[in-house]
Amino acid sequence: MKYWMSISLILLLVTPALAEEIALHGFVQGNYAARITGEELPGPEGGDFILGEERLQLKLAASSQGAGFFLKTDFFRDAIARTTDTDLREAYLDYGTGALDLRIGRQVVTWGVGDLLFINDIFPKDYAAFFSGRPLEYLKIGSDAIKADLFADFISAELVVIPFFEPDNLPTPGRFFLFDPFSDIPRATEEPRAEFENTELALRLYRNLMGFDTAVYAYKGFFRTPGMRLDDLISPAQVTLFFPRLNVYGMSAQGNALGGVVSLETGYDDSLNDRSGHDPVVPNSMVKYLAGYQRQIWTDFTAGFQYYGEYLLDYGSYRDTLPAGFPAQDRLRQLLTARLTQLFHYQTLRLSFFAFYSPTDQDYYFIPEARYSFTDALWGAVGANLFGGEKETTFFGQLDKNDNLYVTMRYEF
Amino acid sequence: MVLLVLFMLLLPVNASAITGEEVIKKSQAAFFEAGNDFQARVKMTLATRDGLQRLRDLTMLRKNYPAGEQKYFMYFHGPADVAGMTFMVYKYPNRDDDRWLFIPAINLVNRIAAQDSRSSFVGSDFTYEDVSGRDLTADAHALLREEPFNDRKVYVVESKPIGPAEYTRKLSWIDQVSFLPLKEEYYDVQESLYKIFTAEEIKDVQGFATILKRTMTNVKSGHKTETVFERVQYNAGIGDDLFSERYLRRPPEKWIK
Repeated sequence: MKYWMSISLILLLVTPALAEEIALHGFVQGNYAARITGEELPGPEGGDFILGEERLQLKLAASSQGAGFFLKTDFFRDAIARTTDTDLREAYLDYGTGALDLRIGRQVVTWGVGDLLFINDIFPKDYAAFFSGRPLEYLKIGSDAIKADLFADFISAELVVIPFFEPDNLPTPGRFFLFDPFSDIPRATEEPRAEFENTELALRLYRNLMGFDTAVYAYKGFFRTPGMRLDDLISPAQVTLFFPRLNVYGMSAQGNALGGVVSLETGYDDSLNDRSGHDPVVPNSMVKYLAGYQRQIWTDFTAGFQYYGEYLLDYGSYRDTLPAGFPAQDRLRQLLTARLTQLFHYQTLRLSFFAFYSPTDQDYYFIPEARYSFTDALWGAVGANLFGGEKETTFFGQLDKNDNLYVTMRYEF
Repeated sequence: MVLLVLFMLLLPVNASAITGEEVIKKSQAAFFEAGNDFQARVKMTLATRDGLQRLRDLTMLRKNYPAGEQKYFMYFHGPADVAGMTFMVYKYPNRDDDRWLFIPAINLVNRIAAQDSRSSFVGSDFTYEDVSGRDLTADAHALLREEPFNDRKVYVVESKPIGPAEYTRKLSWIDQVSFLPLKEEYYDVQESLYKIFTAEEIKDVQGFATILKRTMTNVKSGHKTETVFERVQYNAGIGDDLFSERYLRRPPEKWIK
């Protein structure tokens, strides 16, 4: 509370005096989601509501003569956990000179050409937020990083140095039904320590080639989704979540073709801690690829489709070392996605539908949504996250009991 | 010699026998291509029949390139849910534009599909083509008549789309001096008038006649959009590098004010 007051005080003092130079924007938002499957989890956060929050976001920005700063902070009440908290979404300093741009601080970086499919975007994500109906921007988490951009006619380069590891935020067993064979066993998380040798490096080289935006990528760091290690395979007493080393090499291209926008991306995940594929708790190396196509079918209606695949390398040793009774992943996991968007009433009403469907996992995830702008400042959205599948061990199949309906209302200023 | 004199006598008559297509071509040059480059703060007010208003506030930068190509860079100041977004278009004659949108909330640059140029521009009554021009050969143009219009002499040109479009016929009243459109009427399949463009304020800016205030009214729904151009500048010296991913992500303050 003290924090809130001091922030408001600073704003009150600072804003009028520097109104010309500093821009203040933000929003107030209510965001609620309820499980509609009738299933409830034990525990204080396992009721029908999986999201209930009120949120204030403040954005402060200023820039002059190539230098600038940006600050985006959320203050929110989580009504399900009964907590009030702050979230520093982004806070960075900018400096640009000649062909070099520098950005230092907590920042969101988004790479690649996939629509909700990530191959070379190895930056942290918040799937728990996304699955419970929070707006898309909350899928991305900031990285505490130094980013340098070098621009040249022939090729441009972007280098991101991340000394502080940030894992993905995954749905927790307290609020979500998940496949977890060791849910009763105490667990500890071992994150990579902030050390020089653990500093993550991400490089993107890009240029326009024959009308296509093309890029190559390289990443040295860690899986952001943890592996699970047991102290004893037969009767485990302790589960340790850890983040194995990962290098990723990939490329992408996007441009106008076939009467629409065509996107292509591929990547090779090099699982450094398990190159032979013999360690069942470390993901194997794999090749990922996607092809996407998007076009306007008629006025204010856009359709986009993607085909995505993950090809597991060293599949034989994966199967040989997988403990008995564990669900096996397919050698090739495939996903199809569709996004349909129709705008009405001078683009104030947006109906959209996003679908994931995996023919190999036989599972799906559908997101229908209606969003209406009441005024320039106020919009509201109603939507649903619908999961399902043949098995409760697949990525979307395990979320089957978490189908939820969400409501968002936001006033922006 | 006699022939030559005769020819010279006939010349003025021939000169005024301009075709509909020539009028539209000159009109597009005056309306969408004036200067080497162009900069303006654009304020669009969208109003429903009931008087509910929405505002679109953006900076528009345009630069002309050889062979009729153009590049556009737009930065949105408001409303709040799109503030900070930038939109870039590479416009080519007779083929699909390249369009990119930068979404600051997730720091994402993405290509936007651009097949339908008759789509509404940012939810207004103006289409993309009303903002950046329509291919000359997309319509068959016919000069119907010349007449006075608000004390100006105008050409009245009828344009009929060759391919599919939401209008079947457009009438344009084009000033004979500046070649700017003073009024346009759009007719639908039922031959009924549904949309009217009017130019309310025209001023000379650095020697270029410029429409500073224009309105598109949907006469059927009563919805209308009034667009005001402020701080218009031609030949401002916009560099080629502005139209790049670098500035899409980090728009230079010098240009977007």
